[in-house]
Amino acid sequence: MTDHPHMNCEALLGSLSEYIDGELSPDLCHELEKHLAGCENCRVVLNTTQRTIDLVQAPVESVPVPEDVRERLFKRLNLDDYLKPKA
Amino acid sequence: MVNPTAQEPSLERLRAGDRAEFARLVDAYSAPIYRLGLRMLGNAQDAEDVLQNTFMSALTHLSEFEGRSSVATWLYRIAANEALMSIRRKRPEVHIEDLQTGDPEADLTPASFADWSSLPEDELLSEEGRKYLDLAIASLPETLRLVFIMRDIEGLSIKETADALGLTETNVKTRLLRARLHLRERLSTYYGERLIREEKND
Repeated sequence: MTDHPHMNCEALLGSLSEYIDGELSPDLCHELEKHLAGCENCRVVLNTTQRTIDLVQAPVESVPVPEDVRERLFKRLNLDDYLKPKA
Repeated sequence: MVNPTAQEPSLERLRAGDRAEFARLVDAYSAPIYRLGLRMLGNAQDAEDVLQNTFMSALTHLSEFEGRSSVATWLYRIAANEALMSIRRKRPEVHIEDLQTGDPEADLTPASFADWSSLPEDELLSEEGRKYLDLAIASLPETLRLVFIMRDIEGLSIKETADALGLTETNVKTRLLRARLHLRERLSTYYGERLIREEKND
């Protein structure tokens, strides 16, 4: 990784999450992007971190609660009479 | 936030002891709480215990809930505590305080610079790839995993995650960054090896 007069690799790493989430101030974004333009390793870290988050989020995880688990839950809560199938 | 299709249950009706409303609450939030249990404890039986204990506790403490956070955030807070207590019961040698700090001094410096980000999605999310991703998430220290599950898997905001876990927003951001970099490193090792294999085959 390289040193940069305004932002070094360590500082970039500290702001990486907020940059990905679009929560970094425009000034810091600009500094970070200037650093990225000249630092290949940081570009790889950004791209692979972004990809890691994409992989976790897509496809949207939709593990349903198994029906027998739901039945036992309703029974434990004494809600048996509301145990009709989910709409 | 979780479960955008359902209307937020009525706190007034819940507090008045409306059982149908509580049943609706259970159906609205069972799935994310069950998933949290699965991710935190790693097996269906313990996830079911977390699910049952969370709603039993919610039922008991409903009158004390002041509505300063959303019902969902409140349920997540109970579920996170249940999950951490379950881990503590299984591994009594681990102190809750240790779980909550999650090796803050660990080095964050990236070690792998393989650029696997352009590998096609069907390769990244093959059955084997999925399994590896699940294992990598399971390898996160518990408190980093909790933050990661809530923010990046279940889609809570930084503020909601902070409220649910009783942390500051800065603390949530720090843990989220550590979790993401930890996962990136694990996936880079795995997919980096694939890249090398593919380059050799070309």
